[in-house]
Amino acid sequence: MAENMARESSFSRNFSNVSTLETPGIKHGPNGTFYVSSGISDLDRIIGGGFPLGSLVMVMEDAEAPHHMLLLRNFMSQGLVHHQPLLYASPSKDPRGFLGTLPSPSTSAKDKPINEDQEQNSLRIAWQYKKYFGEDHQIIDGNRVNKQEFCSELDIRKPLERHLFSGQYVDCVSIKDTPSLSAFQDHCATFLAQFSRSDSKLSRCGRIAIQSLCAPQCEYINKDWDLLSFIQSLKSKLRSANAVAVITFPPSLLSPSICKRWQHMADLLLSVKAIPDEDKELTKLLTGYQDMIGFLNIHKIARINTQAPVILEATTYSIKLHKRRFLALECLNQAPVDGSSGSSYSKTSSCSTSSRNGTLDF
Amino acid sequence: MDYRNSNLLDEALGLEDEECGLRGKVIAIQDCVETSGAFVFHQLIKRLLVPNSSNAVVFLAFSRPFSHYDRILRKLGCNLAAQRDDGRFLFFDMLRLQYPDKNEDKSSEDWLVAVFRKILQIVRAFPQNNKNYITIMIDDISLIEVAVHGSSGLVLDFLHYCQTLTSEFGCSLVTLNHADIYSSVENCAFLLQMEYLADVLVKIEPLVTGLAADVHGQLTVLNRGVSDGKGNLKTKTPNFRFKVKENVVEYFYPGSRT
Repeated sequence: MAENMARESSFSRNFSNVSTLETPGIKHGPNGTFYVSSGISDLDRIIGGGFPLGSLVMVMEDAEAPHHMLLLRNFMSQGLVHHQPLLYASPSKDPRGFLGTLPSPSTSAKDKPINEDQEQNSLRIAWQYKKYFGEDHQIIDGNRVNKQEFCSELDIRKPLERHLFSGQYVDCVSIKDTPSLSAFQDHCATFLAQFSRSDSKLSRCGRIAIQSLCAPQCEYINKDWDLLSFIQSLKSKLRSANAVAVITFPPSLLSPSICKRWQHMADLLLSVKAIPDEDKELTKLLTGYQDMIGFLNIHKIARINTQAPVILEATTYSIKLHKRRFLALECLNQAPVDGSSGSSYSKTSSCSTSSRNGTLDF
Repeated sequence: MDYRNSNLLDEALGLEDEECGLRGKVIAIQDCVETSGAFVFHQLIKRLLVPNSSNAVVFLAFSRPFSHYDRILRKLGCNLAAQRDDGRFLFFDMLRLQYPDKNEDKSSEDWLVAVFRKILQIVRAFPQNNKNYITIMIDDISLIEVAVHGSSGLVLDFLHYCQTLTSEFGCSLVTLNHADIYSSVENCAFLLQMEYLADVLVKIEPLVTGLAADVHGQLTVLNRGVSDGKGNLKTKTPNFRFKVKENVVEYFYPGSRT
């Protein structure tokens, strides 16, 4: 079934042959777009190259676990490593303190945690899964040189060097005590004006990271339409700027209808979910369950300058830490079926249900 | 793809003879987060702006800039930049416009009135016998609600006024909205009112079984008591599948691939 990925359209995505620009940290994407790295190489690969410049990424938080912070930290850190200016906003009183927790690129020379583990895992994984790894190896080998520059292996146990975030590259804003978002909106507009696309040369790009935009401690929390208006204004400025914005928010604090509006506004929509402790059902169902720290769901992928949607093979991935240092995303693998128990294909809410038998849907 | 061959969507919308345009209909497209319905706009623009037809499109864009549509339509075989220069494709980039001040209700109303006046001015500027070849497209309605800070009543009034253009001048109106935003009981009224205004409802939904690489979703066309010109009411509600590619959209009935 994996072999039937023949593309019928004359336009096909070609990920392994993208050329890097002179600026490290930005690469060409399809349809005239440019990508910056999310800071997590697996995520870049899954979503087709990275975060497109001009797009708005939204991450739906899980109240039970702060996994969205892992994504945010890697995103922010990756930008600083590439000297891309960053605007960071959070509902805490002192957002600058957060910068001390950003991960730093690993300096180990033979630093291939992914390949190493795959070597080991290939002995354990049953034969029918090998065909999936063949493709991944090709892409990783082909892009290895480029990837070292484009996406760094960020070690969450090693804090980012101070000089990278103490300079003029980082602007921190607290949105806790602001009664309205208009000042922050202007702040974002000023920040994005530096990366206007009217300059023909793509020399620099910026990143905006907004943590927990509708957090309960913020004064504007009840002003649904103000928030939507802010997001729309941010989007319109992003469209004409070489920048990416990541907004995390707790969906449980919004009404379902407003939450859907937020989701529609996102170009790339992700959600994180905590792993329930000691879930015996999931332990039996999934391999490697003990090593997972959470789930990542990909709901929507950015479609800029194209109408064709990107349909992923799987939309749910497990978040793991390789060697307890490097963030990785892995497909969920069902554990071998125990013949004695009855139905083993029960789908839990966290397993992906991407169906490839769509043509037989009557 | 030969544009003269109409596909299932064209037939369902009565667009087999593209030179007559959409014949003064109000078409409401509804989609959701899982499956976007924007491709219907691209399809319609391509069908309407064929060479040697008198059709013109007025496009109010709240979600994407011109460059996005231009690139997509170019792959579909339509040069939007050239059409824009010829005055057949009028694009309003609402993203760049100053939105009304939220502290004043009146300013939202004035803003919408100004937008409508602009459209009316354009329609009036067209030659008399060509007015019924104009199609007004709005992408998308939920963002107009954001622009006026949630005053849905104002948005409905605006749509009513746009609908008068169809009865008075014979223009057609195509709008896009997101059905999943209005799925709760408290706020379904807005969507129901939009459906009431519409002659044709195009619903885009994912498959019940989830996403698939070969079938991107299902499309249902509901014609509300529209006569097909021969005195027969169109009561069929075609439901078919679609697959969106870069340069074409394929439509097919479930279980078959044309």
